[in-house]
Amino acid sequence: MIDKLKLVSRVHAINWNRVEDDKDAEVWDRLVGNFWLPEKVPVSNDIPSWGTLTQEEKLLTMRVFTGLTLLDTIQGTVGAVSLIPDAITPHEEAVYTNIAFMESVHAKSYSSIFSTLCSTKEIDEAFRWSEENSNLQRKAEIVMNYYQGDDPLKRKIASTLLESFLFYSGFYLPMYWSSRAKLTNTADVIRLIIRDEAVHGYYIGYKFQKGLAKESQERRDELQAYTYELLMELYENEEQYTEDLYDGVGLTEDVKSFLRYNANKALMNLGYDALFTKDQTDVNPAILAALAPGGDENHDFFSGSGSSYVIGKAVTTQDDDWDF
Amino acid sequence: MGIVYFSSVSENTHRFVEKLGLPAQRIPLRSKDEPLVVTDEYVLILPTYGGGTTQGGAVPKQVIRFLNDTRNRSLIRGVIAAGNTNFGEAFCLAGEIVAKKCDVPYLYRFELLGTDQDVIRVREGLAQFWLRRSQIPA
Repeated sequence: MIDKLKLVSRVHAINWNRVEDDKDAEVWDRLVGNFWLPEKVPVSNDIPSWGTLTQEEKLLTMRVFTGLTLLDTIQGTVGAVSLIPDAITPHEEAVYTNIAFMESVHAKSYSSIFSTLCSTKEIDEAFRWSEENSNLQRKAEIVMNYYQGDDPLKRKIASTLLESFLFYSGFYLPMYWSSRAKLTNTADVIRLIIRDEAVHGYYIGYKFQKGLAKESQERRDELQAYTYELLMELYENEEQYTEDLYDGVGLTEDVKSFLRYNANKALMNLGYDALFTKDQTDVNPAILAALAPGGDENHDFFSGSGSSYVIGKAVTTQDDDWDF
Repeated sequence: MGIVYFSSVSENTHRFVEKLGLPAQRIPLRSKDEPLVVTDEYVLILPTYGGGTTQGGAVPKQVIRFLNDTRNRSLIRGVIAAGNTNFGEAFCLAGEIVAKKCDVPYLYRFELLGTDQDVIRVREGLAQFWLRRSQIPA
Protein backbone atom coordinates (compact mmCIF):
# COMPACT_ATOMS: atom_id res chain seq x y z
CA MET A 1 0.00 0.00 0.00
CA ILE A 2 0.98 3.59 -0.46
CA ASP A 3 2.38 5.00 2.75
CA LYS A 4 1.23 8.50 2.27
CA LEU A 5 -0.44 9.80 -0.81
CA LYS A 6 0.73 13.24 -1.81
CA LEU A 7 -2.00 15.82 -2.12
CA VAL A 8 -2.15 18.99 -4.13
CA SER A 9 -0.49 21.60 -1.91
CA ARG A 10 -2.77 24.48 -2.73
CA VAL A 11 -6.16 24.45 -4.38
CA HIS A 12 -7.60 27.32 -6.37
CA ALA A 13 -11.31 27.54 -7.03
CA ILE A 14 -11.60 26.06 -10.49
CA ASN A 15 -12.78 28.51 -13.13
CA TRP A 16 -14.09 26.70 -16.18
CA ASN A 17 -14.57 30.05 -17.89
CA ARG A 18 -10.85 30.48 -18.06
CA VAL A 19 -9.36 27.27 -19.46
CA GLU A 20 -5.61 27.38 -20.10
CA ASP A 21 -5.38 24.14 -22.04
CA ASP A 22 -8.31 23.55 -24.40
CA LYS A 23 -7.56 19.82 -24.30
CA ASP A 24 -8.77 19.73 -20.68
CA ALA A 25 -12.22 21.04 -21.60
CA GLU A 26 -12.36 18.93 -24.76
CA VAL A 27 -11.49 15.70 -22.93
CA TRP A 28 -13.81 16.52 -20.03
CA ASP A 29 -16.67 16.93 -22.51
CA ARG A 30 -15.82 13.69 -24.27
CA LEU A 31 -15.66 11.75 -21.03
CA VAL A 32 -18.91 13.18 -19.76
CA GLY A 33 -20.54 12.55 -23.14
CA ASN A 34 -19.35 8.95 -23.06
CA PHE A 35 -20.61 8.30 -19.51
CA TRP A 36 -22.36 4.97 -19.05
CA LEU A 37 -23.29 2.45 -16.38
CA PRO A 38 -23.18 -1.36 -16.67
CA GLU A 39 -26.78 -1.67 -15.52
CA LYS A 40 -27.88 -0.20 -18.87
CA VAL A 41 -26.48 -3.14 -20.82
CA PRO A 42 -28.71 -6.25 -20.85
CA VAL A 43 -25.99 -8.72 -19.86
CA SER A 44 -28.65 -11.19 -18.68
CA ASN A 45 -29.35 -11.88 -22.37
CA ASP A 46 -25.99 -13.67 -22.35
CA ILE A 47 -27.13 -16.36 -19.88
CA PRO A 48 -28.05 -18.90 -22.63
CA SER A 49 -24.77 -18.18 -24.41
CA TRP A 50 -22.80 -18.59 -21.18
CA GLY A 51 -24.36 -22.04 -20.88
CA THR A 52 -22.80 -23.10 -24.19
CA LEU A 53 -19.23 -22.49 -22.94
CA THR A 54 -17.22 -25.43 -21.66
CA GLN A 55 -16.14 -25.52 -18.03
CA GLU A 56 -12.63 -24.55 -19.09
CA GLU A 57 -13.87 -21.62 -21.16
CA LYS A 58 -16.00 -20.37 -18.29
CA LEU A 59 -13.06 -20.58 -15.92
CA LEU A 60 -10.85 -18.69 -18.37
CA THR A 61 -13.44 -15.97 -18.82
CA MET A 62 -13.86 -15.48 -15.08
CA ARG A 63 -10.12 -15.36 -14.52
CA VAL A 64 -9.68 -12.81 -17.27
CA PHE A 65 -12.37 -10.63 -15.73
CA THR A 66 -10.93 -10.79 -12.22
CA GLY A 67 -7.56 -9.73 -13.68
CA LEU A 68 -9.22 -6.78 -15.37
CA THR A 69 -11.04 -5.94 -12.15
CA LEU A 70 -7.71 -5.74 -10.34
CA LEU A 71 -6.23 -3.35 -12.92
CA ASP A 72 -9.30 -1.12 -12.92
CA THR A 73 -9.27 -1.04 -9.14
CA ILE A 74 -5.61 0.04 -9.14
CA GLN A 75 -6.25 2.70 -11.73
CA GLY A 76 -9.34 3.99 -9.93
CA THR A 77 -8.04 4.13 -6.39
CA VAL A 78 -4.33 4.76 -6.96
CA GLY A 79 -3.33 5.44 -10.57
CA ALA A 80 -5.57 8.26 -11.68
CA VAL A 81 -5.59 9.75 -8.17
CA SER A 82 -1.78 9.78 -8.02
CA LEU A 83 -1.71 11.98 -11.12
CA ILE A 84 -3.75 14.75 -9.50
CA PRO A 85 -0.91 16.38 -7.50
CA ASP A 86 1.20 16.53 -10.68
CA ALA A 87 -1.49 18.30 -12.69
CA ILE A 88 -0.48 21.53 -14.37
CA THR A 89 -3.96 23.08 -14.47
CA PRO A 90 -6.97 22.78 -12.12
CA HIS A 91 -8.96 21.49 -15.07
CA GLU A 92 -6.49 18.67 -15.50
CA GLU A 93 -7.09 17.75 -11.85
CA ALA A 94 -10.82 17.63 -12.53
CA VAL A 95 -10.32 15.36 -15.55
CA TYR A 96 -8.34 12.90 -13.37
CA THR A 97 -11.18 12.74 -10.87
CA ASN A 98 -13.50 11.84 -13.74
CA ILE A 99 -11.04 9.17 -14.94
CA ALA A 100 -10.73 7.76 -11.40
CA PHE A 101 -14.48 7.48 -11.02
CA MET A 102 -14.95 5.80 -14.39
CA GLU A 103 -12.27 3.25 -13.51
CA SER A 104 -14.34 2.38 -10.45
CA VAL A 105 -17.38 2.02 -12.71
CA HIS A 106 -15.36 -0.33 -14.92
CA ALA A 107 -14.23 -2.39 -11.93
CA LYS A 108 -17.82 -2.66 -10.76
CA SER A 109 -19.08 -3.66 -14.18
CA TYR A 110 -17.15 -6.95 -14.02
CA SER A 111 -18.91 -7.76 -10.78
CA SER A 112 -22.17 -6.99 -12.45
CA ILE A 113 -21.31 -9.43 -15.27
CA PHE A 114 -20.27 -12.06 -12.72
CA SER A 115 -23.39 -11.76 -10.64
CA THR A 116 -25.49 -12.20 -13.77
CA LEU A 117 -23.66 -15.22 -15.15
CA CYS A 118 -21.96 -17.10 -12.31
CA SER A 119 -22.52 -18.60 -8.89
CA THR A 120 -21.05 -17.00 -5.76
CA LYS A 121 -18.77 -19.99 -5.27
CA GLU A 122 -17.36 -19.67 -8.80
CA ILE A 123 -16.87 -15.93 -8.37
CA ASP A 124 -14.99 -16.38 -5.10
CA GLU A 125 -12.75 -19.00 -6.66
CA ALA A 126 -11.91 -16.77 -9.59
CA PHE A 127 -11.00 -13.92 -7.25
CA ARG A 128 -8.82 -16.30 -5.26
CA TRP A 129 -7.03 -17.31 -8.46
CA SER A 130 -6.33 -13.64 -9.21
CA GLU A 131 -4.79 -13.23 -5.75
CA GLU A 132 -2.59 -16.26 -6.29
CA ASN A 133 -1.47 -15.86 -9.90
CA SER A 134 2.09 -14.60 -9.67
CA ASN A 135 2.17 -12.96 -13.11
CA LEU A 136 -0.99 -11.01 -12.47
CA GLN A 137 0.28 -9.94 -9.07
CA ARG A 138 3.60 -8.98 -10.55
CA LYS A 139 1.91 -6.83 -13.17
CA ALA A 140 0.05 -5.01 -10.38
CA GLU A 141 3.23 -4.70 -8.34
CA ILE A 142 5.27 -3.18 -11.19
CA VAL A 143 2.65 -0.53 -11.85
CA MET A 144 2.05 0.22 -8.16
CA ASN A 145 5.78 0.79 -7.67
CA TYR A 146 5.86 3.41 -10.38
CA TYR A 147 2.85 5.19 -8.99
CA GLN A 148 4.64 5.45 -5.67
CA GLY A 149 7.84 6.83 -7.19
CA ASP A 150 8.64 10.52 -7.07
CA ASP A 151 8.86 11.23 -10.79
CA PRO A 152 5.64 12.75 -12.20
CA LEU A 153 6.53 11.94 -15.81
CA LYS A 154 7.34 8.33 -15.02
CA ARG A 155 3.97 8.06 -13.29
CA LYS A 156 2.31 9.21 -16.51
CA ILE A 157 4.30 6.67 -18.52
CA ALA A 158 3.19 3.86 -16.21
CA SER A 159 -0.37 5.09 -16.31
CA THR A 160 -0.51 5.30 -20.09
CA LEU A 161 0.98 1.84 -20.45
CA LEU A 162 -1.65 0.52 -18.06
CA GLU A 163 -4.53 2.23 -19.87
CA SER A 164 -3.36 1.46 -23.39
CA PHE A 165 -1.49 -1.83 -23.07
CA LEU A 166 -1.90 -3.88 -19.88
CA PHE A 167 -5.65 -4.36 -20.21
CA TYR A 168 -5.47 -6.01 -23.60
CA SER A 169 -4.48 -9.55 -22.62
CA GLY A 170 -7.89 -9.47 -20.94
CA PHE A 171 -9.87 -7.47 -23.49
CA TYR A 172 -8.93 -10.00 -26.14
CA LEU A 173 -11.24 -12.69 -24.77
CA PRO A 174 -14.62 -10.90 -24.86
CA MET A 175 -13.74 -9.72 -28.39
CA TYR A 176 -12.98 -13.32 -29.29
CA TRP A 177 -16.32 -14.51 -27.88
CA SER A 178 -18.10 -11.70 -29.66
CA SER A 179 -16.52 -12.69 -32.98
CA ARG A 180 -18.08 -16.12 -32.47
CA ALA A 181 -21.44 -14.57 -31.58
CA LYS A 182 -21.04 -15.48 -27.89
CA LEU A 183 -21.51 -13.25 -24.84
CA THR A 184 -22.26 -10.35 -27.15
CA ASN A 185 -23.86 -8.16 -24.48
CA THR A 186 -20.88 -8.68 -22.22
CA ALA A 187 -18.72 -7.61 -25.19
CA ASP A 188 -20.78 -4.43 -25.44
CA VAL A 189 -19.82 -3.59 -21.86
CA ILE A 190 -16.17 -4.25 -22.63
CA ARG A 191 -16.31 -2.07 -25.75
CA LEU A 192 -17.55 0.81 -23.61
CA ILE A 193 -14.60 0.23 -21.26
CA ILE A 194 -12.18 0.08 -24.20
CA ARG A 195 -13.54 3.36 -25.54
CA ASP A 196 -13.01 5.04 -22.16
CA GLU A 197 -9.49 3.65 -21.78
CA ALA A 198 -8.63 4.98 -25.23
CA VAL A 199 -9.57 8.51 -24.18
CA HIS A 200 -7.72 8.09 -20.87
CA GLY A 201 -4.55 6.81 -22.57
CA TYR A 202 -4.70 9.58 -25.14
CA TYR A 203 -5.12 12.28 -22.49
CA ILE A 204 -2.50 11.07 -20.02
CA GLY A 205 -0.09 10.50 -22.93
CA TYR A 206 -0.77 14.03 -24.13
CA LYS A 207 -0.07 15.48 -20.68
CA PHE A 208 3.13 13.44 -20.57
CA GLN A 209 4.24 15.02 -23.85
CA LYS A 210 3.40 18.50 -22.57
CA GLY A 211 5.58 17.86 -19.53
CA LEU A 212 8.34 16.33 -21.64
CA ALA A 213 8.56 19.43 -23.83
CA LYS A 214 9.82 21.40 -20.83
CA GLU A 215 12.65 18.98 -20.06
CA SER A 216 16.30 19.03 -21.16
CA GLN A 217 17.43 16.84 -24.05
CA GLU A 218 19.32 14.63 -21.63
CA ARG A 219 16.25 14.03 -19.52
CA ARG A 220 14.12 13.41 -22.61
CA ASP A 221 16.56 10.77 -23.77
CA GLU A 222 16.44 9.18 -20.32
CA LEU A 223 12.65 9.09 -20.29
CA GLN A 224 12.46 7.63 -23.78
CA ALA A 225 14.89 4.84 -22.88
CA TYR A 226 12.98 4.31 -19.65
CA THR A 227 9.66 3.99 -21.51
CA TYR A 228 10.91 1.28 -23.85
CA GLU A 229 12.55 -0.57 -20.94
CA LEU A 230 9.40 -0.48 -18.85
CA LEU A 231 7.33 -1.56 -21.82
CA MET A 232 9.61 -4.55 -22.40
CA GLU A 233 9.54 -5.47 -18.72
CA LEU A 234 5.75 -5.37 -18.77
CA TYR A 235 5.58 -7.13 -22.12
CA GLU A 236 7.64 -10.07 -20.92
CA ASN A 237 5.38 -10.41 -17.93
CA GLU A 238 2.32 -10.14 -20.18
CA GLU A 239 3.62 -13.01 -22.28
CA GLN A 240 3.82 -15.20 -19.20
CA TYR A 241 0.42 -14.09 -17.98
CA THR A 242 -1.06 -14.77 -21.42
CA GLU A 243 0.41 -18.28 -21.41
CA ASP A 244 -1.04 -18.94 -17.95
CA LEU A 245 -4.47 -17.98 -19.19
CA TYR A 246 -4.70 -19.02 -22.81
CA ASP A 247 -2.43 -22.05 -23.33
CA GLY A 248 -5.27 -24.37 -22.36
CA VAL A 249 -7.54 -23.08 -25.14
CA GLY A 250 -4.78 -22.69 -27.72
CA LEU A 251 -5.15 -18.94 -28.23
CA THR A 252 -1.83 -17.75 -26.80
CA GLU A 253 -0.15 -16.70 -30.06
CA ASP A 254 -3.23 -14.88 -31.26
CA VAL A 255 -3.39 -12.95 -27.99
CA LYS A 256 0.29 -12.06 -28.21
CA SER A 257 -0.15 -10.38 -31.61
CA PHE A 258 -2.94 -8.34 -30.08
CA LEU A 259 -0.66 -7.41 -27.16
CA ARG A 260 2.08 -6.16 -29.48
CA TYR A 261 -0.42 -4.23 -31.56
CA ASN A 262 -1.63 -2.46 -28.43
CA ALA A 263 1.90 -1.97 -27.08
CA ASN A 264 2.61 0.02 -30.24
CA LYS A 265 -0.48 2.12 -29.68
CA ALA A 266 0.48 2.79 -26.06
CA LEU A 267 3.88 4.04 -27.24
CA MET A 268 2.19 6.26 -29.80
CA ASN A 269 -0.03 7.75 -27.09
CA LEU A 270 3.20 8.79 -25.38
CA GLY A 271 4.45 10.29 -28.65
CA TYR A 272 6.96 7.52 -29.34
CA ASP A 273 7.41 5.38 -32.41
CA ALA A 274 5.95 1.89 -32.61
CA LEU A 275 8.31 -0.86 -31.47
CA PHE A 276 6.88 -4.02 -33.01
CA THR A 277 6.83 -4.60 -36.77
CA LYS A 278 3.81 -5.19 -38.98
CA ASP A 279 4.37 -8.97 -38.98
CA GLN A 280 4.52 -9.04 -35.20
CA THR A 281 1.28 -7.10 -34.87
CA ASP A 282 -0.85 -8.95 -37.38
CA VAL A 283 -4.03 -9.11 -35.31
CA ASN A 284 -6.61 -11.74 -36.16
CA PRO A 285 -9.07 -9.88 -38.45
CA ALA A 286 -12.02 -11.30 -36.53
CA ILE A 287 -10.76 -9.59 -33.38
CA LEU A 288 -10.28 -6.26 -35.16
CA ALA A 289 -13.76 -6.52 -36.62
CA ALA A 290 -15.17 -7.24 -33.15
CA LEU A 291 -13.42 -4.11 -31.92
CA ALA A 292 -14.43 -1.83 -34.78
CA PRO A 293 -16.86 -2.89 -37.51
CA GLY A 294 -14.83 -2.78 -40.72
CA GLY A 295 -11.63 -2.46 -38.67
CA ASP A 296 -10.39 -5.65 -40.34
CA GLU A 297 -10.68 -4.24 -43.84
CA ASN A 298 -7.49 -3.14 -45.45
CA HIS A 299 -8.48 0.38 -46.31
CA ASP A 300 -5.82 1.21 -48.83
CA PHE A 301 -7.14 2.90 -51.93
CA PHE A 302 -3.58 3.28 -53.18
CA SER A 303 -3.35 -0.49 -53.69
CA GLY A 304 -6.32 -0.45 -56.06
CA SER A 305 -5.51 -1.46 -59.60
CA GLY A 306 -5.67 1.09 -62.39
CA SER A 307 -8.96 -0.22 -63.74
CA SER A 308 -10.80 0.21 -60.47
CA TYR A 309 -9.44 3.67 -60.11
CA VAL A 310 -12.06 6.25 -59.31
CA ILE A 311 -11.57 9.94 -59.62
CA GLY A 312 -13.69 12.21 -57.50
CA LYS A 313 -15.91 14.50 -59.44
CA ALA A 314 -15.76 18.26 -59.05
CA VAL A 315 -17.12 19.20 -55.68
CA THR A 316 -20.86 19.64 -55.64
CA THR A 317 -21.64 20.30 -51.99
CA GLN A 318 -23.05 23.54 -50.70
CA ASP A 319 -22.18 25.14 -47.42
CA ASP A 320 -25.47 24.19 -45.87
CA ASP A 321 -24.86 20.51 -46.71
CA TRP A 322 -22.32 20.43 -43.91
CA ASP A 323 -24.54 19.00 -41.31
CA PHE A 324 -22.19 17.78 -38.62
CA MET B 1 -0.49 19.27 -55.61
CA GLY B 2 0.18 18.93 -51.94
CA ILE B 3 -1.08 18.06 -48.51
CA VAL B 4 -3.37 20.04 -46.27
CA TYR B 5 -3.70 18.72 -42.74
CA PHE B 6 -5.17 19.45 -39.37
CA SER B 7 -3.59 18.51 -36.07
CA SER B 8 -4.69 19.52 -32.59
CA VAL B 9 -2.21 20.49 -29.86
CA SER B 10 -1.58 16.78 -29.35
CA GLU B 11 0.44 17.03 -32.60
CA ASN B 12 -0.29 13.40 -33.55
CA THR B 13 -1.26 14.08 -37.15
CA HIS B 14 1.48 16.69 -37.40
CA ARG B 15 4.07 14.03 -36.58
CA PHE B 16 2.73 11.76 -39.28
CA VAL B 17 2.88 14.54 -41.86
CA GLU B 18 6.37 15.46 -40.73
CA LYS B 19 7.49 11.89 -41.35
CA LEU B 20 6.07 11.98 -44.87
CA GLY B 21 8.50 14.78 -45.63
CA LEU B 22 6.22 16.23 -48.32
CA PRO B 23 5.13 19.84 -48.76
CA ALA B 24 2.17 20.44 -46.46
CA GLN B 25 0.00 23.27 -45.20
CA ARG B 26 -1.60 23.19 -41.78
CA ILE B 27 -5.14 24.32 -41.06
CA PRO B 28 -4.90 26.83 -38.20
CA LEU B 29 -5.99 25.72 -34.76
CA ARG B 30 -7.60 28.89 -33.47
CA SER B 31 -10.47 30.82 -34.99
CA LYS B 32 -8.63 34.10 -34.52
CA ASP B 33 -5.75 32.86 -36.70
CA GLU B 34 -5.63 33.87 -40.36
CA PRO B 35 -7.74 31.26 -42.24
CA LEU B 36 -5.94 29.03 -44.71
CA VAL B 37 -6.94 29.45 -48.36
CA VAL B 38 -5.34 27.07 -50.83
CA THR B 39 -4.67 27.67 -54.51
CA ASP B 40 -3.60 24.20 -55.60
CA GLU B 41 -5.07 20.68 -55.54
CA TYR B 42 -4.47 18.79 -52.31
CA VAL B 43 -5.11 15.66 -50.28
CA LEU B 44 -6.52 16.31 -46.81
CA ILE B 45 -5.11 14.46 -43.79
CA LEU B 46 -7.14 14.75 -40.60
CA PRO B 47 -7.68 13.03 -37.26
CA THR B 48 -11.08 11.72 -36.16
CA TYR B 49 -12.57 13.56 -33.21
CA GLY B 50 -15.42 12.74 -30.94
CA GLY B 51 -13.97 10.09 -28.63
CA GLY B 52 -15.95 7.24 -30.10
CA THR B 53 -19.32 8.84 -30.67
CA THR B 54 -21.07 8.51 -34.02
CA GLN B 55 -23.45 11.32 -33.09
CA GLY B 56 -21.46 14.09 -34.74
CA GLY B 57 -18.27 15.90 -33.97
CA ALA B 58 -15.99 13.44 -35.79
CA VAL B 59 -14.65 16.10 -38.14
CA PRO B 60 -12.77 18.83 -36.25
CA LYS B 61 -14.52 22.23 -36.39
CA GLN B 62 -11.44 23.84 -37.89
CA VAL B 63 -11.60 21.43 -40.84
CA ILE B 64 -15.28 22.17 -41.39
CA ARG B 65 -14.49 25.88 -41.41
CA PHE B 66 -11.71 25.28 -43.92
CA LEU B 67 -13.91 23.18 -46.21
CA ASN B 68 -16.80 25.59 -45.98
CA ASP B 69 -14.71 27.96 -48.08
CA THR B 70 -15.66 27.08 -51.66
CA ARG B 71 -12.17 27.87 -52.90
CA ASN B 72 -10.75 25.20 -50.59
CA ARG B 73 -13.51 22.69 -51.16
CA SER B 74 -13.12 22.82 -54.92
CA LEU B 75 -9.47 21.75 -54.72
CA ILE B 76 -9.69 18.69 -52.44
CA ARG B 77 -8.83 15.50 -54.36
CA GLY B 78 -8.69 12.87 -51.64
CA VAL B 79 -8.76 12.29 -47.91
CA ILE B 80 -6.65 10.32 -45.43
CA ALA B 81 -7.87 9.91 -41.85
CA ALA B 82 -6.33 8.93 -38.53
CA GLY B 83 -8.22 7.16 -35.78
CA ASN B 84 -8.20 4.37 -33.23
CA THR B 85 -9.96 0.99 -33.53
CA ASN B 86 -10.77 1.34 -29.83
CA PHE B 87 -13.42 3.84 -30.82
CA GLY B 88 -15.44 1.07 -32.47
CA GLU B 89 -17.95 2.24 -35.03
CA ALA B 90 -16.44 5.71 -35.01
CA PHE B 91 -13.04 4.37 -36.12
CA CYS B 92 -11.63 6.86 -38.67
CA LEU B 93 -15.14 8.19 -39.23
CA ALA B 94 -13.87 11.66 -40.17
CA GLY B 95 -12.42 10.26 -43.41
CA GLU B 96 -15.72 8.69 -44.43
CA ILE B 97 -17.65 11.90 -43.75
CA VAL B 98 -15.28 14.12 -45.70
CA ALA B 99 -15.04 11.66 -48.62
CA LYS B 100 -18.82 11.54 -48.86
CA LYS B 101 -19.45 15.26 -48.45
CA CYS B 102 -16.75 16.26 -50.94
CA ASP B 103 -17.19 13.29 -53.26
CA VAL B 104 -13.51 12.38 -53.25
CA PRO B 105 -11.81 9.02 -52.64
CA TYR B 106 -11.00 7.96 -49.09
CA LEU B 107 -7.39 7.04 -49.77
CA TYR B 108 -6.03 5.59 -46.58
CA ARG B 109 -6.46 5.38 -42.85
CA PHE B 110 -4.01 4.85 -40.04
CA GLU B 111 -4.02 4.67 -36.26
CA LEU B 112 -2.71 7.45 -33.98
CA LEU B 113 0.71 8.60 -35.21
CA GLY B 114 0.88 5.93 -37.91
CA THR B 115 3.60 3.28 -38.15
CA ASP B 116 6.65 3.37 -40.41
CA GLN B 117 4.74 1.12 -42.84
CA ASP B 118 1.91 3.64 -42.97
CA VAL B 119 4.36 6.42 -43.77
CA ILE B 120 5.89 4.41 -46.62
CA ARG B 121 2.48 3.40 -48.03
CA VAL B 122 1.16 6.96 -48.00
CA ARG B 123 4.33 8.45 -49.45
CA GLU B 124 4.36 5.95 -52.33
CA GLY B 125 0.60 6.05 -52.73
CA LEU B 126 0.46 9.82 -52.97
CA ALA B 127 3.24 9.90 -55.56
CA GLN B 128 1.27 7.44 -57.73
CA PHE B 129 -1.97 9.24 -57.07
CA TRP B 130 -0.68 12.60 -58.32
CA LEU B 131 1.10 10.96 -61.25
CA ARG B 132 -2.09 9.24 -62.40
CA ARG B 133 -4.06 12.41 -62.00
CA SER B 134 -1.58 14.32 -64.10
CA GLN B 135 -2.04 11.75 -66.88
CA ILE B 136 -5.79 12.25 -67.06
CA PRO B 137 -6.64 14.59 -69.92
CA ALA B 138 -8.33 17.70 -68.65
